[in-house]
Amino acid sequence: MTVASDPFVIAGRELASRLILGTGGFPRMETLAEAIRVSGTELVTVAMRRVDPRSPHSLADVLRECGVDVLPNTAGCFTARDAVLTAGLAREAFETDWIKLEVIGDERTLLPDAPELLSAAEQLVAQGFTVLPYTTDDPVLARRLEDVGCAAVMPLGSPIGSGMGIRNTYNIQLIVERAGVPVILDAGVGTASDAALAMELGCDAVLCASAISRAQDPEAMARAIRAGVEGGRLARLAGRIPRRLHAEASSSFEGLAEL
Amino acid sequence: MPAKRGADVLSHTQHTSYDVVIVGGGACGLAVAWRARARGLSVCLLDRGALGAATSAVAAGMLAPVSEADAGEPALVALGLESARRWPAFAGELEDVTGMPVGYRACGTLVVARDRDEAEALERELALRDRLGLETRRLLPSEARAVEPALAPTLRLALEVPSDHAVDPRALCSALATAAERAGAALHPGVEVARVIIADARVSGVELPGGERIACAQVVVAAGPWSGALEGIPTAARVPVRPVKGQSLRLRDPSGPGLLERVIRFEGGYLVPRGDGRYVLGATVEERGFDTAVTALGLWELLRDAQELVPGVLELEVEELPVGLRPGTPDNAPALGRSTVVEGLLWATGHHRNGILLAPLTGDLLAAELTGEAVVAPAFAPDRFAAVVA
Repeated sequence: MTVASDPFVIAGRELASRLILGTGGFPRMETLAEAIRVSGTELVTVAMRRVDPRSPHSLADVLRECGVDVLPNTAGCFTARDAVLTAGLAREAFETDWIKLEVIGDERTLLPDAPELLSAAEQLVAQGFTVLPYTTDDPVLARRLEDVGCAAVMPLGSPIGSGMGIRNTYNIQLIVERAGVPVILDAGVGTASDAALAMELGCDAVLCASAISRAQDPEAMARAIRAGVEGGRLARLAGRIPRRLHAEASSSFEGLAEL
Repeated sequence: MPAKRGADVLSHTQHTSYDVVIVGGGACGLAVAWRARARGLSVCLLDRGALGAATSAVAAGMLAPVSEADAGEPALVALGLESARRWPAFAGELEDVTGMPVGYRACGTLVVARDRDEAEALERELALRDRLGLETRRLLPSEARAVEPALAPTLRLALEVPSDHAVDPRALCSALATAAERAGAALHPGVEVARVIIADARVSGVELPGGERIACAQVVVAAGPWSGALEGIPTAARVPVRPVKGQSLRLRDPSGPGLLERVIRFEGGYLVPRGDGRYVLGATVEERGFDTAVTALGLWELLRDAQELVPGVLELEVEELPVGLRPGTPDNAPALGRSTVVEGLLWATGHHRNGILLAPLTGDLLAAELTGEAVVAPAFAPDRFAAVVA
């Protein structure tokens, strides 16, 4: 694939931006709107359990004004049953079949519960949802999620909100190598270089929330992470040089004057 | 309580024409009424419910401009500090003229961290306050527990904010209503305003549901989260206020006061002691529209976090489970003062988490604006959201 034509497609839908924004943790609605604008994102995820989409001047209105699409998520669900019910409510409320599936296994780490996640994914695919599951960085689980019909896989770099970056780059590479659906790095991004690294490893996109919303200057961090995603993607397509133990001069010695 | 018919209101009212009609009888509307009367204006205040019974009655009453300071909101921090500075005299004057206590307590605040992650976040908050020149002090866990022994032994770090105090908003509203009434304001709880009457971009009064009218040259909208939906106001003059739901618990220590002296703030909530054995544990922040349901999740999260830091909370009795709606704006700052679109239309709304803190200053600023002075900073101009509303 060339740098010039580089579409990002999920479930047949083309997106110009490879950055997906989470809406949690912003100090002000206005700041959220500004971060969305400067990030260039087209897809924004919203916790279904925390939002009433009918409320005036609330989150749903702000997102409408920004002209972005909503990707509802099932944050706060601990069982497949709750996640499936929540996805149904989200479909009705936001009029979309797309769902970012989260089934959390533990309060303290917010890590995914693998068996519940797989079960919920299977049920939601059967109900006609376009399922984007938040998963651990386990390549086997990612494969299983793809096999049950998920439209993408969203492995974590490290726990939600931890800002610890990508702790196991090898697993992310293994997931990317085997995936037949887009791989979106979800959770753990703390700063722009984390997003760039995800893209260099071959992820198709990055989802980011806390790194932007809880930064001292969220708007500036939204610009930075956008640049990180774009830079990382370009670097991936450009093809990096191999790592060498010893130096190799960048200019050839040929043609130098013989003194 | 069903709203009174307009005819009843008018029959009990000396005049049907006032200098100012205030829509909304919460802490801010009442403060404006009191202060406007002091400047000699004739004032009529209408509220569809009881006075101070909605958002104000649920507020915990923290006066916390330093704890709440946010690097992205410098004008709001300055506004909060100025209002906090006025609080002692405001409370004193109110108690003097009414003989009623307002529960103002110069108790100070501790912001506490329960683990390494929260402690690091607190260090960042401390650095920010140092930069802003706000007085805060870093306390070791042992120092914090020496002044508040009910804090958990697992405490990791605390910040002392000596200037952040508390007041009892319910007592405050009762005293404000008495003060405003004694000063000559006509207060009408249980009366809804159907619409503001505006012709040729100028206010001429308000209309009640029965069609009766009260004439006035100026209207102050102080209707909290309901301010954005008041009828009769053209779109270009509206303020985008949204309800932000907050659940809380009112707790009581059967053995009396003593568990906590200071306000305790932590990630996910706060505990405010009233000084008599009663405590407010709050509050969730939820974007749920006008929903006011009490939820198991909301209460559990508050109790879970509070008992980790103050284990004795679990020994308290539950008196009440209030749910309130904060009036939020896109930039978290209030809308204060004159509309530039409609003559005679003023706003005192959008105070979000800070309505009780900002009540004294809101009263003073609006009273000045009502008598023709321009005193409100541009950061709080009601028309700054024109692009959002349109």
